[in-house]
Amino acid sequence: MSDKTLTRADLSEAVQRSVGLSRTESAELVETTLDLISDALVAGENVKLSSFGTFMVRQKNGRMGRNPKTGQEVPIAPRRVLVFRPSQLMKARVNGDAES
Amino acid sequence: MIKSELILKIAEQNPHLYHRDVERIIDTIFDEIVGSLASGNRVELRGFGAFSVKKRDARQGRNPRTGQIVDVAEKRVPFFKTGKELHVRLNSPAS
Repeated sequence: MSDKTLTRADLSEAVQRSVGLSRTESAELVETTLDLISDALVAGENVKLSSFGTFMVRQKNGRMGRNPKTGQEVPIAPRRVLVFRPSQLMKARVNGDAES
Repeated sequence: MIKSELILKIAEQNPHLYHRDVERIIDTIFDEIVGSLASGNRVELRGFGAFSVKKRDARQGRNPRTGQIVDVAEKRVPFFKTGKELHVRLNSPAS
């Protein structure tokens, strides 16, 4: 249980190790992957990655919100939000089941 | 879009890579993320979003069918928070 946040650098290093590409190319592939997922989501598509999870785009209606501190009413505009639903496998692994 | 389509797109953009290597790259990336979460670490991908693990306390639940009380153990659930840049892109009319 090291206390470390994983970043792009760690992902490209993992890619570099597993496929033996250059550092630059590995970093580019990580970036491309994230870009392609983002593009699909921005286009309104859901992205389903088996054994990982599903990213879903949800349309939220506008509503009246309230600043909890001041009690002042503020309008919240309609917006699109992203919901991530982890796969069964990810849920299991995060709970230490099906140790991999 | 599903994983195989993602792999196909990356393979198209990188004709010098074997298809099976592209598969391996994608699996490595997502495996690494899950592995990190499994060992209790966060994953932060600026502009895209951050994955973290939230703890849910043990609680008493009810079987909705029978109404019987059951103990639900403490558990961890993966959580994703959309990055700022992606959130903006999702909500800009130009896209």
